[in-house]
Amino acid sequence: MIILEDVEYSYDGIYTALRGVTLQVDRGESVAIMGTNGAGKTTLIKHFNGLLRPQAGNVFLEGKDTSQMSVAEMAKIVGLVFQNPDHQLFLESCKKEIAFGLKNLGFTQEEAEERCDQTLSRLGLEGFAERSPFALSGGERKRVALASVLATEPDVLALDEPTIGQDARQKESLARMLMEMNKKGRTVIVVTHDIEFVIEHFPRTIAMSDGQIVADGDTSSVLTHEEVLERCSLTLPQMTQAAKALRHRFDNVSDRLASLSDIESIATTLLEGA
Amino acid sequence: MALVKFDDFSYKYYGADSLALKKINLTIDNGEYVVITGPSGCGKTTLCRAINGLVPRFHRGYIAGHVYVDEKDTREHEVAHFAAIAGLVFQNPENQLVTLNVEKEIAFGPENLGVNPVEVRRRVEEIIDLLDLEHLRDKHPHEMSGGEQQRVAMAATLALNPQILVADEPTSNLDPKSAEKILEIISTLNKRGMTVVLVEHRLDLVAKEATRVVLMDRGRIVADGTPTEVLVADICQDIGVGIPKATEIYKRLNAKGLRLGSVPLTGEELALLIQEGTV
Repeated sequence: MIILEDVEYSYDGIYTALRGVTLQVDRGESVAIMGTNGAGKTTLIKHFNGLLRPQAGNVFLEGKDTSQMSVAEMAKIVGLVFQNPDHQLFLESCKKEIAFGLKNLGFTQEEAEERCDQTLSRLGLEGFAERSPFALSGGERKRVALASVLATEPDVLALDEPTIGQDARQKESLARMLMEMNKKGRTVIVVTHDIEFVIEHFPRTIAMSDGQIVADGDTSSVLTHEEVLERCSLTLPQMTQAAKALRHRFDNVSDRLASLSDIESIATTLLEGA
Repeated sequence: MALVKFDDFSYKYYGADSLALKKINLTIDNGEYVVITGPSGCGKTTLCRAINGLVPRFHRGYIAGHVYVDEKDTREHEVAHFAAIAGLVFQNPENQLVTLNVEKEIAFGPENLGVNPVEVRRRVEEIIDLLDLEHLRDKHPHEMSGGEQQRVAMAATLALNPQILVADEPTSNLDPKSAEKILEIISTLNKRGMTVVLVEHRLDLVAKEATRVVLMDRGRIVADGTPTEVLVADICQDIGVGIPKATEIYKRLNAKGLRLGSVPLTGEELALLIQEGTV
């Protein structure tokens, strides 16, 4: 469980990134954090594993006050994947990159290799084991950085913009992996601008703007709240736009978030009735 | 002759095991808005780099075939020559911004090309106005949000007065509103006559404004046509490219024998077609 109480943080005392953030994420939840560029999303998740320490307020991890915990202790519980893979990758092969974290956590060579192979294949990176991460495309490097953290199967997985540069198929396999880990009781937290990814896979959404949490609740109500969307620079996804436009003419169309299958069934009913 | 012409162009990065581009034939004419898409690692970025000679001049490797930009072979001219013809904007603006404030950033490119100071001044003002950057004029890039940085990176590129704007996933780090703004600017530039090549995964955001979609897979061009032609084709799903949800609905309805009047690319278009279908 992660608890933040009135957390404030400013960079160099000049740029205030968090202005009193309070939130609780329970074990086994899957949560999306969305919001304007510069809203403080990345600053927020860096508090989860101690990369940043609150300048005011408190952070509790598994019931412990983290001011008493080292980054090494926190990193065993929370695995963080950065937005820019180049901030994370540093070894000469994908295999070494992934094995590095595992060995630090005390896995044997064989265990590390087995997990490494598993993770590579789950992320569609078979055949990449011996290749240098720096010879890969942007999207591929991003998946290697993900793999290096996913392989350690931390209790809490916090990912900063994991879908950037990924095509539809890779997004699906990423989502499947995250949901599998979530089913095994792991907490999954993503920072993302990808609304469709959130709607399909994350029941809870936290929306941020200007260093504060503007809304925190079930995804469908947060992402249909016009004022929240406006303040957090979010836009309605296509299917919800379609539902909104259809609602003007057909009063049985709901004002909730619409999925692909919702619109498919509405359209089928309307067209077959015509 | 076409503004950009790939003539049987193949390319392999030094040290790579396989070709990044395989026998690419592609011509882009003045005024087009071409969206390049395809699975990650398919060669989109390499293709962009080949348009201004970064491939092979900066990113070294093996080449076969030719790329002609404004009728000049990229093998025979320096990158600097193409900088004023094809302007590149990258995914991460931080990698592109080099100076201490917005005015200097915009002036940097043309000053280095030896453009006279009066003209540089004129371009800076024109672009600040065009991209709505007045409030950022004296700001340091690190004091700006990602969306603002990307607008500045684009401004600096446009200051070179390129004939063609090549943007490689310029919105992928941006929140949806900022992304919309960048794409609106790109679309406006195109309507004013600038040729645009845009790499993008999120076709729901760009398909409507584009005149053409080029689909790539494993170093090859596998489809090339109008947005509706390409996105409705099954090959998109076969290679793992996400089509707009509205287009997906069209295909699903079609499979059930329910025909909409045309292929929708946006939610509004879809809603309109459904309404028309029920009248």
